Amino acid sequence: MNKEFSNLTRLDSYRYQIPKSFMDGMLVPGIVYTSEDMLQHIIKEQVIKQIANVACLPGIQKCSFAMPDVHWGYGFPIGGVAAMDIENGVISPGGVGFDINCGVRLLGTKLKYDEIKKYMPSLVDALYKSIPSGVGTSGKLRLNSKDMDRVLEQGSRWAVEKGYGRIEDLSSTEESGEMAGANAAYVSNRAKERGIPQLGTLGAGNHFIEIGMIDKIYDDGAATTMGLFEVGQLVLWIHSGSRGLGHQVANDYIKSMAKAMAKYGIQVPDRQLACAPLNSSEGKSYLSAMYCAANYAWANRQLMTHLAREAFHKAINLGESEIGLDLVYDIAHNIAKIEKHLVDGKQKQLCIHRKGATRAFPPEHVQIPAKYSGIGQPVLIPGDMGRYSYIMTGTQTAMEETFGSTCHGAGRVKSRMAAKKNISGKDFISGLERQGIIVRAGSYSSVAEEASAAYKNIDDVIQVAHLSGISKKVARTKPVGVIKG
Amino acid sequence: MKSNKSMTEKKFRLVEHTADIGLVAYGNCLNEAFENAAFGMFSIITDLRKVKPTVSRAISIREDSYEDLLFEWLNTLLYHLDVEGIIFRKFNVSTINDRCLSAECSGEIFDPNRHTIKTAVKSATYHLLEVNRSKCSVKVILDV
Repeated sequence: MNKEFSNLTRLDSYRYQIPKSFMDGMLVPGIVYTSEDMLQHIIKEQVIKQIANVACLPGIQKCSFAMPDVHWGYGFPIGGVAAMDIENGVISPGGVGFDINCGVRLLGTKLKYDEIKKYMPSLVDALYKSIPSGVGTSGKLRLNSKDMDRVLEQGSRWAVEKGYGRIEDLSSTEESGEMAGANAAYVSNRAKERGIPQLGTLGAGNHFIEIGMIDKIYDDGAATTMGLFEVGQLVLWIHSGSRGLGHQVANDYIKSMAKAMAKYGIQVPDRQLACAPLNSSEGKSYLSAMYCAANYAWANRQLMTHLAREAFHKAINLGESEIGLDLVYDIAHNIAKIEKHLVDGKQKQLCIHRKGATRAFPPEHVQIPAKYSGIGQPVLIPGDMGRYSYIMTGTQTAMEETFGSTCHGAGRVKSRMAAKKNISGKDFISGLERQGIIVRAGSYSSVAEEASAAYKNIDDVIQVAHLSGISKKVARTKPVGVIKG
Repeated sequence: MKSNKSMTEKKFRLVEHTADIGLVAYGNCLNEAFENAAFGMFSIITDLRKVKPTVSRAISIREDSYEDLLFEWLNTLLYHLDVEGIIFRKFNVSTINDRCLSAECSGEIFDPNRHTIKTAVKSATYHLLEVNRSKCSVKVILDV
């Protein structure tokens, strides 16, 4: 039995504690939400050490959390949640990641798969043609630097005011797609230069657009509230982030914080955890720049939503009212935000880092759209392209335990290199097509890296999230058309 | 002193990492290790056999340490890929010390008809980043 395993305390079937005694410097314990089966894989990687490293960051509250899809990241684990006191805590760009506000949105259509099946190849082609991957190619917009500053400060609102979307899209987006406190002056010119050609582009890697079909409904009431009415109904998933702009913001501030740490007497076990006090000039500047990148990502997903609506209209020749494509919700899963939470019975303002984790606020929370007040915030968990994706809701348990957070995806188990060794992209696509899933991708290689076998079975991850109570299953969709950059 | 060893002999290897890709690059001197790290990164991105060295850029970086230089070197190349669409394949690091790096890099503007992106690299990270001056090797985890 290795050190990691013997040091873990099983709290119940889905919660394992990493005690402070696991490693010198831990200020709080770690908690992993997982099952006994998945725990074995977590231990094989360096995840436990990474959760413990995060527990050493100044001002961390309660616990360093790992969500059910946790896997080995760089610095923070992916699937990590850490809350820092805003008075004496730090903010860490590595706790947000390079792809700031990588996130996902779900749109519900009024179409049934059986009725649309014959249009599927042309629909997938239309989506592939109209939404550029942006890798080696530019988006269709030409922005000047003033426009760029507006994108950074206004997010989705900028896009909708320019005619790219519907006014009601805003209220169905986390933070209405516009973080307050975003000041474009804190974003470097280099970041803006990277952002200009890429606005309205998908990106590659694990980013995708998926036409899904509702396959199971677990909670009729919540599903109906979200406009998800029946098995066979088509939905659209869009998974993307802040592109090169966000990567540059992260680079700029990781570097500046790594240099500033000595000044503040902060030492971290891994340089990628570089951080600065939230109330320092470095901390405040990063928060504002990161909010700008988050707004860029929301504007980006909003633009792609507009392009997708046009592509549907073109491919199946129906009007907006017949197609639907109403925004169910849009959530960030790489972000840090200032939120109010109870710690030891006292309300505190905290900076919640969610790195590959989704906000999961409960019913009646003031920060969720009024229409979802009765059911809780929609939680969107995309799976891999050969299996399922889930729609869940936030819960009071999440609020009490994990600072209102849950998982964000299936979680990788195989490296990209290992995934490519086992299956070629061409074979994987043929296999998907035999299952009735149409795929259009920029390269076979990028598809092979994302093959189902590279991921945990999302059903297992969701089961842990559901049974531990940190979110609640509403519906499941399966892919019928996938676009990859 | 930089050797005259041909740049066709690429010295790097990829290291398994669950979500990302690790890269270790070697050379007869630190200049070569940095060149090979850049070549390795662009080999992950695309098939470099299809890339011709038709455009070049002079790159000059000032930082406080070799580690910062490595991080910034790779990320600067990614910046040129995002903004100008250049896929670099030939690197000549003429100067490197603990304060600065100068290089001439050449490659080709991405042409979707001839090039494909195998794996998009988002950024070089500081996680497990190492510059070993005595062994003339560098290690970096790339966020992909």
